[in-house]
Amino acid sequence: MIGLSDYLLVAGLLFAIGVVGIFLNRKNVIIILMSIELMLLAVNINFVAFSMFLGDIKGQVFAFMILTVAAAEAAIGLAILVTFFRNRGDISVETANTMKN
Amino acid sequence: MDFAEIAFRVFAVATIAWGLGVILSRNPVHSVLCLIMAFISTAGLFVLIGAEYLAFLLVVVYVGAVAVLFLFVVMMLDVDFEELRAGYAKYIPAGIIVSVVLMVEIGFIAMSWTSGEGIIFDGPMERAAAPDGPNNAEQLGMVLYTDYVHYFQIAGLILLVAMIGAILLTFRERRGIKTQDVGAQVARTREEAVEVVSVPTGKGI
Repeated sequence: MIGLSDYLLVAGLLFAIGVVGIFLNRKNVIIILMSIELMLLAVNINFVAFSMFLGDIKGQVFAFMILTVAAAEAAIGLAILVTFFRNRGDISVETANTMKN
Repeated sequence: MDFAEIAFRVFAVATIAWGLGVILSRNPVHSVLCLIMAFISTAGLFVLIGAEYLAFLLVVVYVGAVAVLFLFVVMMLDVDFEELRAGYAKYIPAGIIVSVVLMVEIGFIAMSWTSGEGIIFDGPMERAAAPDGPNNAEQLGMVLYTDYVHYFQIAGLILLVAMIGAILLTFRERRGIKTQDVGAQVARTREEAVEVVSVPTGKGI
Protein backbone atom coordinates (compact mmCIF):
# COMPACT_ATOMS: atom_id res chain seq x y z
CA MET A 1 0.00 0.00 0.00
CA ILE A 2 1.32 3.41 -0.96
CA GLY A 3 1.31 5.75 1.99
CA LEU A 4 1.65 9.46 2.41
CA SER A 5 5.31 9.12 3.36
CA ASP A 6 6.10 7.62 -0.05
CA TYR A 7 4.79 10.72 -1.76
CA LEU A 8 6.59 12.96 0.73
CA LEU A 9 9.82 11.08 0.06
CA VAL A 10 9.53 11.58 -3.70
CA ALA A 11 8.76 15.27 -3.20
CA GLY A 12 11.66 15.65 -0.77
CA LEU A 13 14.08 14.02 -3.20
CA LEU A 14 12.87 16.25 -6.01
CA PHE A 15 13.24 19.35 -3.83
CA ALA A 16 16.79 18.34 -2.88
CA ILE A 17 17.60 17.81 -6.57
CA GLY A 18 16.36 21.31 -7.26
CA VAL A 19 18.55 22.81 -4.52
CA VAL A 20 21.61 20.89 -5.69
CA GLY A 21 20.90 21.98 -9.25
CA ILE A 22 21.19 25.61 -8.18
CA PHE A 23 24.51 24.82 -6.48
CA LEU A 24 25.97 22.86 -9.37
CA ASN A 25 24.96 25.14 -12.24
CA ARG A 26 25.84 28.42 -10.62
CA LYS A 27 26.74 30.17 -13.84
CA ASN A 28 23.88 29.04 -16.01
CA VAL A 29 20.73 31.05 -15.29
CA ILE A 30 18.53 28.85 -17.46
CA ILE A 31 19.35 25.73 -15.45
CA ILE A 32 18.82 27.70 -12.22
CA LEU A 33 15.33 28.68 -13.41
CA MET A 34 14.64 25.05 -14.27
CA SER A 35 15.82 23.99 -10.79
CA ILE A 36 13.37 26.47 -9.28
CA GLU A 37 10.64 24.88 -11.39
CA LEU A 38 11.63 21.47 -10.00
CA MET A 39 11.41 22.77 -6.43
CA LEU A 40 7.95 24.25 -7.06
CA LEU A 41 6.92 20.92 -8.56
CA ALA A 42 8.07 19.15 -5.38
CA VAL A 43 6.01 21.55 -3.27
CA ASN A 44 3.03 20.85 -5.52
CA ILE A 45 3.44 17.10 -4.99
CA ASN A 46 3.42 17.70 -1.23
CA PHE A 47 0.27 19.80 -1.40
CA VAL A 48 -1.59 17.32 -3.58
CA ALA A 49 -0.49 14.32 -1.48
CA PHE A 50 -1.62 15.92 1.77
CA SER A 51 -4.82 17.10 0.11
CA MET A 52 -5.76 13.65 -1.11
CA PHE A 53 -4.69 11.73 1.98
CA LEU A 54 -6.50 14.07 4.35
CA GLY A 55 -9.55 14.25 2.11
CA ASP A 56 -9.45 18.04 1.89
CA ILE A 57 -9.70 19.69 -1.52
CA LYS A 58 -8.18 22.98 -0.30
CA GLY A 59 -4.64 21.68 -0.82
CA GLN A 60 -5.31 21.37 -4.53
CA VAL A 61 -6.53 24.96 -4.64
CA PHE A 62 -3.18 25.95 -3.16
CA ALA A 63 -1.36 23.80 -5.72
CA PHE A 64 -3.37 25.60 -8.40
CA MET A 65 -2.13 28.96 -7.10
CA ILE A 66 1.47 27.70 -7.03
CA LEU A 67 1.06 26.60 -10.64
CA THR A 68 -0.06 30.13 -11.56
CA VAL A 69 2.79 31.80 -9.74
CA ALA A 70 5.33 29.38 -11.24
CA ALA A 71 4.11 30.14 -14.74
CA ALA A 72 4.31 33.89 -14.10
CA GLU A 73 7.76 33.52 -12.57
CA ALA A 74 9.05 31.54 -15.54
CA ALA A 75 7.71 34.14 -17.98
CA ILE A 76 9.24 37.08 -16.11
CA GLY A 77 12.53 35.26 -15.47
CA LEU A 78 12.97 34.34 -19.10
CA ALA A 79 12.04 37.87 -20.20
CA ILE A 80 14.71 39.29 -17.89
CA LEU A 81 17.15 36.71 -19.25
CA VAL A 82 16.47 37.68 -22.86
CA THR A 83 16.88 41.38 -22.07
CA PHE A 84 20.06 40.66 -20.14
CA PHE A 85 21.49 38.62 -23.00
CA ARG A 86 20.59 41.34 -25.51
CA ASN A 87 22.43 43.95 -23.46
CA ARG A 88 25.52 41.93 -22.57
CA GLY A 89 25.94 39.10 -25.02
CA ASP A 90 26.23 36.37 -22.37
CA ILE A 91 24.23 35.08 -19.42
CA SER A 92 26.94 34.51 -16.84
CA VAL A 93 25.67 35.09 -13.31
CA GLU A 94 29.08 36.07 -12.00
CA THR A 95 29.20 39.29 -13.97
CA ALA A 96 25.53 40.03 -13.45
CA ASN A 97 26.22 42.94 -11.09
CA THR A 98 26.57 45.19 -14.13
CA MET A 99 22.79 45.15 -14.25
CA LYS A 100 22.77 47.64 -11.38
CA ASN A 101 22.70 50.75 -13.52
CA MET B 1 1.97 -5.78 -5.20
CA ASP B 2 -0.97 -4.47 -7.15
CA PHE B 3 -0.98 -2.39 -10.28
CA ALA B 4 -1.24 0.97 -8.49
CA GLU B 5 1.83 0.24 -6.43
CA ILE B 6 3.91 -0.83 -9.42
CA ALA B 7 2.79 2.27 -11.33
CA PHE B 8 3.67 4.47 -8.36
CA ARG B 9 7.18 3.01 -8.17
CA VAL B 10 7.70 3.48 -11.90
CA PHE B 11 6.50 7.08 -11.90
CA ALA B 12 8.41 7.96 -8.72
CA VAL B 13 11.68 6.57 -10.04
CA ALA B 14 11.06 8.24 -13.39
CA THR B 15 10.41 11.61 -11.72
CA ILE B 16 13.62 11.44 -9.71
CA ALA B 17 15.67 10.20 -12.67
CA TRP B 18 14.42 12.92 -15.04
CA GLY B 19 14.94 15.50 -12.30
CA LEU B 20 18.56 14.39 -12.02
CA GLY B 21 18.79 14.64 -15.79
CA VAL B 22 17.70 18.28 -15.63
CA ILE B 23 20.59 19.34 -13.41
CA LEU B 24 23.28 16.98 -14.74
CA SER B 25 22.98 16.99 -18.53
CA ARG B 26 25.57 18.93 -20.47
CA ASN B 27 23.26 20.31 -23.11
CA PRO B 28 20.55 22.72 -21.88
CA VAL B 29 18.18 21.44 -24.57
CA HIS B 30 18.46 17.99 -23.00
CA SER B 31 17.79 19.63 -19.63
CA VAL B 32 14.54 21.11 -20.91
CA LEU B 33 13.49 17.77 -22.41
CA CYS B 34 14.26 16.06 -19.07
CA LEU B 35 12.17 18.75 -17.36
CA ILE B 36 9.25 17.93 -19.66
CA MET B 37 9.56 14.22 -18.84
CA ALA B 38 9.73 15.00 -15.10
CA PHE B 39 6.48 16.98 -15.41
CA ILE B 40 4.80 14.12 -17.26
CA SER B 41 5.95 11.58 -14.65
CA THR B 42 4.61 13.84 -11.89
CA ALA B 43 1.31 14.06 -13.75
CA GLY B 44 1.25 10.27 -13.61
CA LEU B 45 1.76 10.42 -9.84
CA PHE B 46 -1.12 12.89 -9.56
CA VAL B 47 -3.43 10.65 -11.59
CA LEU B 48 -2.50 7.70 -9.35
CA ILE B 49 -3.44 9.62 -6.22
CA GLY B 50 -6.71 10.77 -7.76
CA ALA B 51 -5.95 14.41 -8.56
CA GLU B 52 -6.73 14.19 -12.27
CA TYR B 53 -7.49 17.85 -12.83
CA LEU B 54 -4.10 19.04 -11.58
CA ALA B 55 -2.41 16.27 -13.54
CA PHE B 56 -3.92 17.46 -16.80
CA LEU B 57 -3.26 21.08 -15.85
CA LEU B 58 0.37 20.13 -15.28
CA VAL B 59 0.64 18.62 -18.75
CA VAL B 60 -1.18 21.48 -20.47
CA VAL B 61 0.37 24.43 -18.61
CA TYR B 62 3.83 23.18 -17.73
CA VAL B 63 4.65 20.99 -20.70
CA GLY B 64 2.63 22.98 -23.20
CA ALA B 65 3.58 26.49 -22.13
CA VAL B 66 6.39 26.80 -19.59
CA ALA B 67 8.69 24.08 -20.89
CA VAL B 68 8.21 25.17 -24.49
CA LEU B 69 9.02 28.74 -23.41
CA PHE B 70 12.24 27.42 -21.86
CA LEU B 71 13.00 25.57 -25.06
CA PHE B 72 12.47 28.72 -27.13
CA VAL B 73 14.80 30.76 -24.93
CA VAL B 74 17.51 28.07 -24.81
CA MET B 75 17.51 27.76 -28.57
CA MET B 76 17.24 31.51 -29.18
CA LEU B 77 20.17 32.58 -27.00
CA ASP B 78 23.47 32.08 -28.76
CA VAL B 79 25.52 31.15 -25.70
CA ASP B 80 28.54 28.92 -25.33
CA PHE B 81 27.13 26.57 -22.74
CA GLU B 82 30.36 24.64 -22.35
CA GLU B 83 32.03 27.78 -21.07
CA LEU B 84 29.24 28.21 -18.52
CA ARG B 85 30.01 24.77 -17.15
CA ALA B 86 33.58 25.68 -16.30
CA GLY B 87 34.27 25.09 -12.61
CA TYR B 88 31.37 22.67 -12.46
CA ALA B 89 33.30 20.14 -10.38
CA LYS B 90 34.26 22.79 -7.86
CA TYR B 91 30.70 23.01 -6.58
CA ILE B 92 30.01 19.28 -6.32
CA PRO B 93 31.16 18.91 -2.64
CA ALA B 94 29.02 21.85 -1.51
CA GLY B 95 26.09 20.45 -3.46
CA ILE B 96 26.47 17.00 -1.92
CA ILE B 97 26.68 18.43 1.62
CA VAL B 98 23.58 20.55 1.14
CA SER B 99 21.64 17.69 -0.43
CA VAL B 100 22.58 15.28 2.38
CA VAL B 101 21.50 17.77 5.05
CA LEU B 102 18.25 18.46 3.21
CA MET B 103 17.54 14.77 2.71
CA VAL B 104 18.13 13.96 6.39
CA GLU B 105 15.79 16.74 7.46
CA ILE B 106 13.10 15.81 4.95
CA GLY B 107 13.54 12.14 5.81
CA PHE B 108 12.86 12.82 9.48
CA ILE B 109 9.60 14.53 8.58
CA ALA B 110 8.52 12.00 5.97
CA MET B 111 9.21 8.99 8.16
CA SER B 112 7.74 10.33 11.38
CA TRP B 113 4.44 11.44 9.87
CA THR B 114 1.48 10.27 11.93
CA SER B 115 -2.07 11.37 11.55
CA GLY B 116 -3.61 13.37 14.34
CA GLU B 117 -6.57 12.38 16.45
CA GLY B 118 -9.87 12.14 14.66
CA ILE B 119 -8.51 12.42 11.14
CA ILE B 120 -9.96 9.81 8.87
CA PHE B 121 -6.92 8.46 7.13
CA ASP B 122 -8.24 6.19 4.44
CA GLY B 123 -6.13 5.90 1.35
CA PRO B 124 -7.07 8.00 -1.66
CA MET B 125 -7.15 4.93 -3.88
CA GLU B 126 -10.10 3.48 -2.00
CA ARG B 127 -11.90 6.79 -2.04
CA ALA B 128 -11.23 7.31 -5.73
CA ALA B 129 -12.64 3.86 -6.43
CA ALA B 130 -16.03 4.92 -5.10
CA PRO B 131 -17.98 5.86 -8.23
CA ASP B 132 -20.67 7.99 -6.60
CA GLY B 133 -20.14 11.63 -5.73
CA PRO B 134 -18.51 14.44 -7.71
CA ASN B 135 -15.20 13.77 -9.40
CA ASN B 136 -11.99 15.64 -8.75
CA ALA B 137 -12.52 18.47 -11.25
CA GLU B 138 -16.08 19.04 -10.00
CA GLN B 139 -14.94 19.16 -6.38
CA LEU B 140 -12.22 21.65 -7.25
CA GLY B 141 -14.63 23.79 -9.24
CA MET B 142 -17.14 23.84 -6.40
CA VAL B 143 -14.68 25.46 -4.01
CA LEU B 144 -12.58 27.43 -6.50
CA TYR B 145 -15.45 29.59 -7.79
CA THR B 146 -17.18 30.05 -4.44
CA ASP B 147 -14.95 29.97 -1.37
CA TYR B 148 -11.75 30.88 -3.20
CA VAL B 149 -13.09 33.18 -5.89
CA HIS B 150 -10.94 36.08 -4.68
CA TYR B 151 -7.81 33.95 -4.83
CA PHE B 152 -8.86 32.89 -8.30
CA GLN B 153 -9.17 36.50 -9.42
CA ILE B 154 -5.86 37.41 -7.80
CA ALA B 155 -4.27 34.56 -9.75
CA GLY B 156 -5.66 36.09 -12.93
CA LEU B 157 -4.27 39.47 -11.91
CA ILE B 158 -0.83 37.92 -11.28
CA LEU B 159 -0.87 36.44 -14.77
CA LEU B 160 -1.91 39.79 -16.25
CA VAL B 161 0.90 41.63 -14.44
CA ALA B 162 3.39 38.95 -15.51
CA MET B 163 2.24 39.24 -19.10
CA ILE B 164 2.56 43.03 -19.13
CA GLY B 165 5.95 42.79 -17.43
CA ALA B 166 7.28 40.22 -19.87
CA ILE B 167 6.12 42.25 -22.88
CA LEU B 168 7.57 45.47 -21.45
CA LEU B 169 10.91 43.79 -20.69
CA THR B 170 11.38 42.29 -24.12
CA PHE B 171 9.76 45.04 -26.18
CA ARG B 172 12.34 46.87 -28.22
CA GLU B 173 11.62 50.08 -30.04
CA ARG B 174 13.85 50.06 -33.07
CA ARG B 175 14.71 53.40 -34.59
CA GLY B 176 15.86 54.12 -38.09
CA ILE B 177 13.88 51.42 -39.84
CA LYS B 178 11.15 52.00 -42.38
CA THR B 179 7.78 51.02 -41.06
CA GLN B 180 4.25 51.97 -41.90
CA ASP B 181 2.97 54.99 -39.92
CA VAL B 182 -0.76 54.44 -39.83
CA GLY B 183 -1.47 57.69 -37.98
CA ALA B 184 0.30 59.80 -40.57
CA GLN B 185 -1.50 57.97 -43.35
CA VAL B 186 -4.93 58.48 -41.87
CA ALA B 187 -4.26 62.14 -40.95
CA ARG B 188 -3.55 63.14 -44.55
CA THR B 189 -6.04 65.54 -46.06
CA ARG B 190 -7.00 66.01 -49.66
CA GLU B 191 -5.33 69.42 -49.82
CA GLU B 192 -1.84 68.21 -48.98
CA ALA B 193 -2.09 64.94 -50.87
CA VAL B 194 -3.54 65.87 -54.24
CA GLU B 195 -2.70 68.82 -56.41
CA VAL B 196 -4.73 69.57 -59.50
CA VAL B 197 -2.81 71.37 -62.19
CA SER B 198 -4.10 72.44 -65.55
CA VAL B 199 -1.42 71.62 -68.10
CA PRO B 200 -1.25 73.75 -71.21
CA THR B 201 -1.37 71.69 -74.35
CA GLY B 202 2.01 70.92 -75.86
CA LYS B 203 4.11 72.50 -73.10
CA GLY B 204 4.23 70.14 -70.15
CA ILE B 205 4.56 71.28 -66.60
